[in-house]
Amino acid sequence: MATLTINGEQHELDVPDNMPLLWVIRDVLGMKGTKFGCGMSQCGACTVHLNGTAIRSCVTPVSAATGEITTIEAMADDPIGSKVQQAWLDLGVAQCGYCQGGQIMNATALLKKTPKPETGEIVDAMAGNLCRCGTYNRILAAIERASGQEGEA
Amino acid sequence: MRTNDRLLLANVSRRRLLMGMAGGSALVLAARWDMPLASENAQFGAGAMPGGWVDDPNVFIQIDSDGTVTIVNNRSEMGQGIRTSLVMVGADELGADWDQVKVRQAEGDHSKYGNQNTDGSRSMRHWYEPMRRAAAAARLMLEQAAASQWGVPVHEVKTQVHKVVHQPSGKELGFGELASRARELEVPDRNALVLKQDNELRFIGKETGLINGKLESPHPKAIDGEDIVTGRAVYGADVPFDDLLYAVIARPPVYGATVRSFDDAEALKVRGVEKVLKVEGTGQPAGFSPLGGVAVVASNTWAAMEGKKALKIDWNLESAGENAGYTSIAYRQSLEKAAQSPGKVVRHHGDLDRALESADKRISATYYMPHMAQAPMEPPVATVRIKDGKAEVWAPVQNPQATRDTVAQRLGLDTENVTVHVTLLGGGFGRKSKPDFANEAASIAELFNGRPVRLQWSREDDIHHAYFHAVSVDHLEAGLDGDGNATGWLHRTLSPSIGSLFAPDPKHKGEFELGMGFNTMPFDVPALRLENPPAPAHVRIGWFRSVYNLPHAWAIQSFAHELAVAAGRDHRDYVLDLLGPDREIHNLTVGDGWNYGENPDLYPIDIGRMRAVIERATSEAGWGKSVQEGRGLGLAFHHSFVSYTAIVFEVEVDDQGGLTILQADIAFDCGKQANPERIRSQLEGACVMGIGIALQSEVTFKDGVAQQDNFDNYLIPRMPDAPKSIRVHLVDNPQEAMGGVGEPGLPPVAPALCNAIYAATGKRIRRLPVGDQLKG
Repeated sequence: MATLTINGEQHELDVPDNMPLLWVIRDVLGMKGTKFGCGMSQCGACTVHLNGTAIRSCVTPVSAATGEITTIEAMADDPIGSKVQQAWLDLGVAQCGYCQGGQIMNATALLKKTPKPETGEIVDAMAGNLCRCGTYNRILAAIERASGQEGEA
Repeated sequence: MRTNDRLLLANVSRRRLLMGMAGGSALVLAARWDMPLASENAQFGAGAMPGGWVDDPNVFIQIDSDGTVTIVNNRSEMGQGIRTSLVMVGADELGADWDQVKVRQAEGDHSKYGNQNTDGSRSMRHWYEPMRRAAAAARLMLEQAAASQWGVPVHEVKTQVHKVVHQPSGKELGFGELASRARELEVPDRNALVLKQDNELRFIGKETGLINGKLESPHPKAIDGEDIVTGRAVYGADVPFDDLLYAVIARPPVYGATVRSFDDAEALKVRGVEKVLKVEGTGQPAGFSPLGGVAVVASNTWAAMEGKKALKIDWNLESAGENAGYTSIAYRQSLEKAAQSPGKVVRHHGDLDRALESADKRISATYYMPHMAQAPMEPPVATVRIKDGKAEVWAPVQNPQATRDTVAQRLGLDTENVTVHVTLLGGGFGRKSKPDFANEAASIAELFNGRPVRLQWSREDDIHHAYFHAVSVDHLEAGLDGDGNATGWLHRTLSPSIGSLFAPDPKHKGEFELGMGFNTMPFDVPALRLENPPAPAHVRIGWFRSVYNLPHAWAIQSFAHELAVAAGRDHRDYVLDLLGPDREIHNLTVGDGWNYGENPDLYPIDIGRMRAVIERATSEAGWGKSVQEGRGLGLAFHHSFVSYTAIVFEVEVDDQGGLTILQADIAFDCGKQANPERIRSQLEGACVMGIGIALQSEVTFKDGVAQQDNFDNYLIPRMPDAPKSIRVHLVDNPQEAMGGVGEPGLPPVAPALCNAIYAATGKRIRRLPVGDQLKG
């Protein structure tokens, strides 16, 4: 049995210890905002927060997910997450949108640690999140907007 | 009222008509409906597509008594923004308040919704006009309903935002209040419709949102925007079911191989695995059918994937024939060798041999573009439930009708008994034009009566078993006179054909493949010969965003730069000369019987428009400015999907060969623009994707097996690879018929970038991807 705390809610789950957190979230708990993209921590579509830090849920065994897990579904209630979401909407970042939940999770974790990151810090922090539509320039602009640094780059 | 300056359609050409609209005259559809609009002649455009076009307001627009306007979107949403842009076109013409507009995604049904094949950059150019007419008809019905309720003539009433007003009395009724009365009315004849004038429009053609890094004005909210940022948006794997089974498939490592035998003992021991079964392939050509293999069905995706790892499968490679010997290096060498000999001539004029022999200088070059996988962020996935002789499919497909037809055929059902629900697509790029994954899911679901089965592809599946972008070798030769002007031009292009997917390998490119920038090459050269020697296919070859325009533009635009260098001339000045005088080239005069399916009278290749985008991109980029050591500017341009794109990159290459892309200036002319905000986003995205094609992305084969697996060795651009700045310069040409948007931004990216690298370093790239060619 695994006990998971996701978005403040506790779940008792009968799943194998080595089952990746991604599939527990998606297939067992039915929360679909966290996406499968590569299964090997290469794309970031599956990014969630574990105790406030961005992690790749596709390579995190459920047994290692001890602590507070937060997913994209909870970002609207997060003061920084909601700012990031609004910046995404204001700047029309998303194209297909599939990766954007993971991008927002990663960006929010960055801004929680570094409220006013420099451009280079943003680029480094976001380098692990792929977007095949190629929205990177707007993602960067949206992170700057959410951190109150719009147009300073 | 709008009755004074009516412009009749039937007596004027379409191009003149559109100019009239731009000049402020209302459009009245003519009494005789025999003059097709831009895309609607039965021979061309939407009219020539399976299912054609539909403009019945009862199909596309529903107004509820609470005022909610629901507009049906019949095209697949894969990031191009069609669910916002096409619905916005309807809302604008109708007069709807954007906050009260909802979208319903059409299920796959050509007979009801017209053509839905979301491919070829056609959605807006084929559906703009039908959607406007459907909305204008609905608006007229609302006006008629109001007039009859008030007992006044209909010409005294006018629609304002989400309401109809009686101008003399000031009376008003909301759309919701009029809905039930309007619904009872006959749909007005097309000929009675009056479309809005440009100055009455609120959304169409309006610049909003982020423009080259600055938020100039808010854009109307994107239909799926909030759902995307909150994780609520429903993609292929997100449709909820109570009793879902999860499946994955181990497919043959080589195209055409089959399962000789398999051992599932270990797989069945994996917790959650419920069943292992063989999936029959249909051999070659594969079309949209499964490749075959062994499926593992489980209670969750991960269990299915773990079960697949535990399978032991004995593959029969003999059934793959020559494909089992397919190795990329040898194949490339064989094409390069074949490129030295004449091939099938597809266009020629003048005496090329003599032009080359008598030239002051002869230049030749051979270019290579590898296989690539589309690799949308959402890997292929489909859910199928078969119950009581009916099948339902939930899938992110670009071509829902083809999905419906092929699944029906596979299951032996009538098409009417197959329903295809189109989810959001987590990217498509041509991969999801092929519904093989839905057919795989259907084959498995047949064994689980009444239970939905979701087939999930892994990223490894996606890269190993893509419908690959064709390898291409392009060999060019030119003769220059004493002034450096090109007097002769030879181009041989060699690629496996997408035709090999559906029929015995034709080994030559088909008309639509050659028409993608090869025989439509616009340069004005006295002697020219274009040839297509044979090239066999050994893997599934398929559409990849902009398709064969990629290698054609890459080779032609690189070679034109090489000629400018050889002539000692400025690249821009040189290519403007090479294009020759402003003129309109009819596709048939250059041996192209396709023209992207469009009417050549409306969509010629317009050299003046090509020139204009080149001039715009170069001037915005500061072409000719002095740059520091290690920096350079590069230009390329291309006509594709009946639109015009030119790109200038400014790059810096450091001593270690490290490349930084400082800026991209993209000039784009797609004629009339529907939603400039999403046009910009498409051009920005194509720029980034094209950078990956230039620098990183390659799938190679050894003994028929793809050598790349996932994003650790199949590289696509990441944020650090993007230009520091991308600026999109839209050339506003509202009098011209609407062109494509999703694909035309891609083809000139790689050659522009490689030309910039040359300008910065003197290093000529002739083999993609650039990879580590700049190091050492």
